[in-house]
Amino acid sequence: MLEIKNLCKAFHKNKSDEKVIFEDFNLKIKSGEFVTIIGGNGAGKSTLMNLISGTIFPDRGKIVVEDRDVTKLPEHKRAKFIGRVFQDPLKGTAPSLTIEENLSLSMLRNSRRTLSFGVKKNNSEFFMKELEKLNLGLEKRLKTKVGLLSGGQRQALTLLMATITKPKILLLDEHTAALDPSSRDKILNLTNEIAKDEKMATLMITHNMEHALNFGNRTIMLKQGKIVFDVKGEEREKLDASEIQNSFNF
Amino acid sequence: MNILISTCSQGLIYAILALGVYITFRVLNFADMTAEGSLTLGGSTCAILISNGVDPISSVLISSMVGAIAGLATALLHTTLKMQEILAGILTMISLYSINLRIMGKANVSLIGKNTIFKMVGNTQISSFLVGLVICSLLLLGLTWFFKTQIGLAIRATGDNEQMMRAQGANTNLKKILALMISNSICAISGALISQSQGYSDVNMGTGTIVIALASIVIGEALLQKDSFIVKLISVVFGSICYRFIIFLVLTLGMNPSDLKLFTAILAAVLLSLPNIKKVIKRGVKNVGN
Repeated sequence: MLEIKNLCKAFHKNKSDEKVIFEDFNLKIKSGEFVTIIGGNGAGKSTLMNLISGTIFPDRGKIVVEDRDVTKLPEHKRAKFIGRVFQDPLKGTAPSLTIEENLSLSMLRNSRRTLSFGVKKNNSEFFMKELEKLNLGLEKRLKTKVGLLSGGQRQALTLLMATITKPKILLLDEHTAALDPSSRDKILNLTNEIAKDEKMATLMITHNMEHALNFGNRTIMLKQGKIVFDVKGEEREKLDASEIQNSFNF
Repeated sequence: MNILISTCSQGLIYAILALGVYITFRVLNFADMTAEGSLTLGGSTCAILISNGVDPISSVLISSMVGAIAGLATALLHTTLKMQEILAGILTMISLYSINLRIMGKANVSLIGKNTIFKMVGNTQISSFLVGLVICSLLLLGLTWFFKTQIGLAIRATGDNEQMMRAQGANTNLKKILALMISNSICAISGALISQSQGYSDVNMGTGTIVIALASIVIGEALLQKDSFIVKLISVVFGSICYRFIIFLVLTLGMNPSDLKLFTAILAAVLLSLPNIKKVIKRGVKNVGN
């Protein structure tokens, strides 16, 4: 599904403050995998996501999605098969547009935008059904401006918008870090439901060791741009959160 | 009565400019200085076409297309050459000064004795009011429709949250280019009508007009605070008419016409900062309460 080959990335290249993030980095993720990514600040977690999504481009190496080399594809073109949720709940939605308008925009992800009306009547039933799954009562507020929603509600909406067209890859960059505990749990459970999709690969960055082990089916740890730790299956189930925290002390 | 109507019709013609500026300033969240240049560009193109015998309506349409090119220039400076939006606009605006002189061949072109849209419908004050009203209404309907389409929604979302729009698979640079072209073609239409209404075009006719447009937008927002998009556009038109009445009032009260630009700038500054002033006052009251 997703394959990263010999990836190299440095910031401020050829300058005195050059910072090498990745050197010959390799990673393979199969569809149906839900990978949680842990690692200290500066380990390259967010850079990895930005490289996969096309916000930044690698110096060398390849990024392949389903046998297709996407290394040079710009961000908006990769968005056709990559869904993203950012840490900041305000980043994933357009506040002055309504819930319905936001969802309509995300429905158009795979198609060319035309001069037909953006909000289609026959979509609203589908939207309501999808919003009902969030369990936040948003299905009754299709015409509400997104700016009036809480951070948790906006993040839930972002998650729905990121996955409404069934992407191949879902990137979650600490998407619950800015939420209160009850919204956080809601979003995590929702993420878990969505990530069960066998055809999709999910990557989730988290700083919470328990979340990293309790959610998903594979955990990798990054340190200075290298995978220092990659577990799945039984081996992973035996792991204890505090144990990792201590042994890698970050 | 006559003054009332002529003030209104002037307000309507400048409302077209304000609507153009509204698209960049409020919808796209892009401070576009090109507007001043493209207003004059529309005025000079239209004047030179009419004085060479082209019919007034086609002249306005051609002017709007030329205005769109000015918008394209700014958009390309910003999107492909990564220039700051203000700088990109100023560069185009300054270049347009020379281009406008080239187009007209001199600093101003008179339309005295030539046919204009206003003469076509009778050349009375009522008729020029009606011309303004019809064009504004068409524009309001057109823009309301456009910003409800898939492309229009994507432009609004780009202005709202560009990162989100890219993550949703939109080429946000294309959206910006499109919005700037539409905005500047509307500014050029306004310029074309202004030159026909005043009977001449002048290379300096655009100077300070962006402040007039901003003042109209904020006056409108202070008057009508509604969430619906069409009401927001209507408020811009109302704001422009109100602005003309305010100007009429201060002039009758004896203000020196040369102080008008300063007055307009202060008016715009006060109204733009009103939300913040309100916040500060609220906080102040709270502090006293504590």
